[in-house]
Amino acid sequence: MSDDIVLRTEDLTKHYGGVHALEGADFELKQGEHVAIMGDNGAGKSTFVRQITGVEHRTRGRIWLYGEEVNFAGPLDAREAGIETVFQTLALADDLDVPDNLFLGREMTKWNWLGPFRVLDYKGMRDATVAGLERTAVKIPNIRNTIRNMSGGQRQCVAIARTATFHSRLTIMDEPTAALGVQETAQVENIVRQLKEAGEPLILISHNMRQVMDLVDRIIVFRRGRIVANLDRNETDGQDVVAYITGAKTGAEYEGAA
Amino acid sequence: MADTSHGTGGLAFDKSKRAWPNEVNIFIALVLIVLIFEALGQLLPYMKGQSMLFDFNTGRDGTVLNMARIKIIILQVSIIGIIALGVTQVIITGGIDLSSGSIVGATAMISMSFAQTELVNGNPNPKAMFGPWAMDLPILVPIAVGLGCGLIAGSINGLLIAYTRIPPFIATLGMMVSARGVAKWWSRGNPISFPTDEYAAISNGNLVDGLTFGVFSESWIVTQVFDGQNPAIYFLLLAVLFHFIMKYTVYGKHTYAIGSNEDAARMSGINVAWQKVMVYAVAGMLAGFAAILLTSRNVTAQAGMGFVYELDAIAMAVIGGVSLAGGRGSIIGTVLGAMIFGVIISGFTYLKLDAFYQEMVKGGIIVAAVVLDQWRQRRAALKS
Repeated sequence: MSDDIVLRTEDLTKHYGGVHALEGADFELKQGEHVAIMGDNGAGKSTFVRQITGVEHRTRGRIWLYGEEVNFAGPLDAREAGIETVFQTLALADDLDVPDNLFLGREMTKWNWLGPFRVLDYKGMRDATVAGLERTAVKIPNIRNTIRNMSGGQRQCVAIARTATFHSRLTIMDEPTAALGVQETAQVENIVRQLKEAGEPLILISHNMRQVMDLVDRIIVFRRGRIVANLDRNETDGQDVVAYITGAKTGAEYEGAA
Repeated sequence: MADTSHGTGGLAFDKSKRAWPNEVNIFIALVLIVLIFEALGQLLPYMKGQSMLFDFNTGRDGTVLNMARIKIIILQVSIIGIIALGVTQVIITGGIDLSSGSIVGATAMISMSFAQTELVNGNPNPKAMFGPWAMDLPILVPIAVGLGCGLIAGSINGLLIAYTRIPPFIATLGMMVSARGVAKWWSRGNPISFPTDEYAAISNGNLVDGLTFGVFSESWIVTQVFDGQNPAIYFLLLAVLFHFIMKYTVYGKHTYAIGSNEDAARMSGINVAWQKVMVYAVAGMLAGFAAILLTSRNVTAQAGMGFVYELDAIAMAVIGGVSLAGGRGSIIGTVLGAMIFGVIISGFTYLKLDAFYQEMVKGGIIVAAVVLDQWRQRRAALKS
């Protein structure tokens, strides 16, 4: 398997009891590529992401990251392997500040022999946070401010800034602008472009057709737990994508899948 | 794509959203309450112009402060204050601990039964719990037993909450009833008394004198300030320790994270269940230590010890700004909350009001503190 494939899944399947939320998903993401995942509510987009990021355990199937087969026991495993996720529900702790949130669960520490009482390296984390924010061009006036005191856009930026701070190898964004205003959405989209320029691979889940057409190279459509289309952005248009989403059309190679 | 649209844009920092630390507000409240009592002392005719905390006339302590009353205020809140340090951590995770008072009761009985002395004035110990094998044991035995009891009870709380996912209210309510049962069953309801001198010295000795090897025995600070104040010294030392732990260690950070957003903590890879077990275990251990101090101070243990201490401890934390919704609050706040609590109780005695009124007002203060917390939260929610 070549090294320029960032992520590959084969027959990725998840059943919740009798519900087949995800069925036989084969997926590939190349180095530096930005791919959008689209589909109706309940089509299996988030389920797909949850299997990759180790939040849930797949029923069946295999996952390779940079050519290496991976089996994540939990989300921390996936993060350590370099998969950084911006969740639909912002995974931020409201009462903590920016560095605390960026480093939540993987704090820089001193005196590690103290076990759970090992001491936090606040200065190290602050410096790394500032560097990470600069890399993504995210502007947050005061990183010591708690998340509670920030606007929706700032919160989303903090969530995205995690990816830059940790030199992630794959970024996944689950509807990053769903709850944002126009200006804040533009800010987030700029960060996405920044990642593209830097050659960082990205999976973007979004309902926003304009955004998808603007930002990504390739569009994957989910329908009823299956991948029904794999479209090049330059060879498709909004109407075409909608046809796949609603099931009016099904890709030739996926005939009979929906 | 050019980068021109960057800029602070909608992300400008709003200075009005930055507030000073909540602890400052609580300290101001403490000062205000003291001033109210001082004013009442001056205004009420039957008080004859007495002051609560100051003593300008005699100067016998070498200060203008009424050291005797200040020492009592600190002393009477320090044992429950130690419990409140643990309760603070529990509430910051978004939980609650109703069992600490009963854990004090059970631990008091169990640890005291390993602290007894064989001969009382030359006669066999009339309250002997066990045979001679358990008499005059080294001081470390009852201390280890006491801390161990608290640790076990707290761990049971934590394991129940973390792994059965029942609400903390229910789990610790169960422990509250059961631990009180253990306290009564241990000696079939009889008090356990007559500890060794060393055990009695834990609370009643002079820790500072001991730690300085008697060099300063005659000095003002040892004879006036720290004499008989051992529980207060332990309280302040533990407060400093846990202030550091909550603010500067991974344990503290994860405790706040869980109370702020438990799902985020879990998705970030924090072992939420284990962290909760640790927090409840620490709270149980602090309750166990409080029981040791209490029995040492009273040189006896009774099954009813620690009754409703859990509510006083929760009240101290809540008055100190610890949010019942979790995620917010601090050890410093709780220490200030304990001081407010102590000043109010002492203030009522100073105004020569009956104890009945104290209890009535205590209840009102707890409710008022929660109302204030809710109001603060709503205001914070409106701002963001």
